[in-house]
Amino acid sequence: MKKKAIIAAVSAIAIALSLAACGGGSGGGSSVAKNCTNKIVVKSAPVVTVWAWYPNMAKVVDNFNNGHKDVQVCWTNVGQGGDEYNKFQTAVAAGKGAPDVVMLEADHLANYQIQGALVDISKYGGNSVKKNFSEGAWKDVSVGSAVYAAPIDGGPMAMIYRKDIFAKYGITPPTTWAEYQQDAQKVKDAGGPLFGDLGANTPAVMMALQIQKGAMPFTYDPTKPKNVGVSLDDSASKDVLDYWGGLVKDKLVGVQDQFTADYISGVVGGKYATYISAAWAPGYLSGAGVGQGTDKGQFASAPLPQWDASNPVSVNWGGSAFAVTTQATDKKLSTEVATGLYADNASLEDGWKNQVIFPLNQGVLKSDAFVNAEVAFFGGQTVNKDIYIPAENAYKGFTYSPFQVYYYAQLQAELAKVNAGSETGSEAAAAVQKSVETYAKKQGFTVS
Amino acid sequence: MTSAPAIASPRRRTPRVPLSSTQRAAQRRRAAIGWLFIAPFGVVFLLFLVAPLAYALGLSLFTKGLATGTEFAWFANYIQAFTDPSFLRGVGFVVTFSLVLIPIQMALSLGVALVLDALTSRFARFSRLVIFLPYAIPAVIGAIMWGFLYSPTFGPLGQLFGLIGQQAPFLLDADHVFGGLINVVTWQWAGYYMIIIYAALQGIDPSIYEAARIDGASSWQVALRIKVPLVSNALLLILVFALIGTLQFFTEPAVLRPISNGGITPDFTPNLYAYTTAFSYAQFNYASAISFALGIVVFICVYIFLFATRKRGSFLS
Repeated sequence: MKKKAIIAAVSAIAIALSLAACGGGSGGGSSVAKNCTNKIVVKSAPVVTVWAWYPNMAKVVDNFNNGHKDVQVCWTNVGQGGDEYNKFQTAVAAGKGAPDVVMLEADHLANYQIQGALVDISKYGGNSVKKNFSEGAWKDVSVGSAVYAAPIDGGPMAMIYRKDIFAKYGITPPTTWAEYQQDAQKVKDAGGPLFGDLGANTPAVMMALQIQKGAMPFTYDPTKPKNVGVSLDDSASKDVLDYWGGLVKDKLVGVQDQFTADYISGVVGGKYATYISAAWAPGYLSGAGVGQGTDKGQFASAPLPQWDASNPVSVNWGGSAFAVTTQATDKKLSTEVATGLYADNASLEDGWKNQVIFPLNQGVLKSDAFVNAEVAFFGGQTVNKDIYIPAENAYKGFTYSPFQVYYYAQLQAELAKVNAGSETGSEAAAAVQKSVETYAKKQGFTVS
Repeated sequence: MTSAPAIASPRRRTPRVPLSSTQRAAQRRRAAIGWLFIAPFGVVFLLFLVAPLAYALGLSLFTKGLATGTEFAWFANYIQAFTDPSFLRGVGFVVTFSLVLIPIQMALSLGVALVLDALTSRFARFSRLVIFLPYAIPAVIGAIMWGFLYSPTFGPLGQLFGLIGQQAPFLLDADHVFGGLINVVTWQWAGYYMIIIYAALQGIDPSIYEAARIDGASSWQVALRIKVPLVSNALLLILVFALIGTLQFFTEPAVLRPISNGGITPDFTPNLYAYTTAFSYAQFNYASAISFALGIVVFICVYIFLFATRKRGSFLS
């Protein structure tokens, strides 16, 4: 009888221990490569884990792995933009679970840098690729002499439009925002489609458009990480929000969130005459089936409309870089991946030819093939030479806040209210200023 | 194993019969085995419920700022939560939502259960299954499905309204999202509640109906005067389930948020707010406080509810 009790006790303890193991053991080290989306070519080489969402990432990773014997990349796509940031943020807070190398948009670098989540890759030979980039592009990923990511692509903004709609209503691409509004009214009066779209879920676009009119949303110097300037309700920001709020009110533009099935189907069906977007957008659009069949070659690109045509301002949306996380086990090797991945000619060419990236690598930017490329999506228009390269060259860089995620969420919520007609643009600007300022103070910043 | 109280109590209860040493050993063994039987549950309970709760409670007492660092702050997070307009708006929403949703759900499930109870055809069995089916569909899948049904481009609403030349309302925008979600949740849960009520109805002794009919009661009277009072316990159970579930509303808004055009904000419900605060803004301390604050709200609501129905219960019976 006693034996039975002992057996029972032992088995109970065993169960308890195995359950405890389940509870605490999972997660694992970030260097342990499992569940890679790609194939590891050189099985014996050390592996670096990467999170990224470029549409052609599978090819890029294969190119890297085939070209390297000393290191291999294990790539996972954990989601585009916000989805990835949420996972990365959680891993940063947990202190484990982050990849060795992570794809981040330039506007999110400060957000993670202040949390000590990113490695200064200049200490591990990251400066070796500095010569490939313009001074501005390199500055966007650096704080003083420290470098927190290797740039891959940028997002110079322009106006994508439909030639068929413009021809039907007899309009030429507007060069100023005033003309944009007039043309929108003209198309509407003639019973035409919406002229554009103000998606609440792309607050980064609204920020860029506000900066275009002279707004300076944030002043932040990472060397003085406790001070941040928040200026989200200045007259330029209010003007731009009121302008778009007016377009929405007059039903000149749509209010559909972007990157959704409803929006894409609208773009396919010619529901929107223009798309205020970045150089990488055509790749995402054609990946979703836009520009095929009867729509083939119907799209064209024009420079972004200006507030003051004699004094044009170039702005940017998106564009990403590879950063090495402080959780990386081998930071030197991870730096080699961050600077070498998507940096080979085959990958870059695949990227820009399919327009999923606007490369920042000077070797490509200045190459004849890139400059004079006749882009199929735009019906053979030489958009790089005519639109995107000048826009990129004129782009002066933005300053982002270390709480960009929170700011975007607030701006998105207010844009939704503007779209619903329950708030004016000025009111939205004031509301964003108030909530972001309160948040920054709670986070311990000295707000100016 | 702390088996001491287990042996102590039977001895106290039967003091007149002194136990022999073998008897005592047998009892001790039995008690020990009893503890072993609940050990698997106990371990899971401690590990996956008590420990995370304690950890979250601990987290909620600290504050962490991007520019400052972690500090012990007593109940500062709770004070912040109960003065946070986002949290209060979320609580306001779920309370209003409960007040509208629960009566609709109850009436619907009770009505259907009564009808199905009265019918005995094959059609009744088939209907029962069909009405229950939505509950068998995972909530996430159900929400995604409704997302497509609501879509102005792909959904049937667009086509229906197109027939009369009208623009279909988007049931997830700020103006319509309340009704849109009421519909999704009712669809999902009414069948489940119906089954609970139906099971309770099946447990009633049919001779009571017989007696009622002999006394001249109509079908309506049987349903309202006999069946409903007799299943009132099941109704109470459903009410508490629905109340707690709705106050913690999360799945449907979380799934439908990306396609709601901003109709569903990150602070739409308290649970969604806690989720965003933790996983988007990395404010795990404040998110824990929000979660506990929501727990407090749920407790208060359920307590008020049980207090109110206790009186009505005595009035009914």
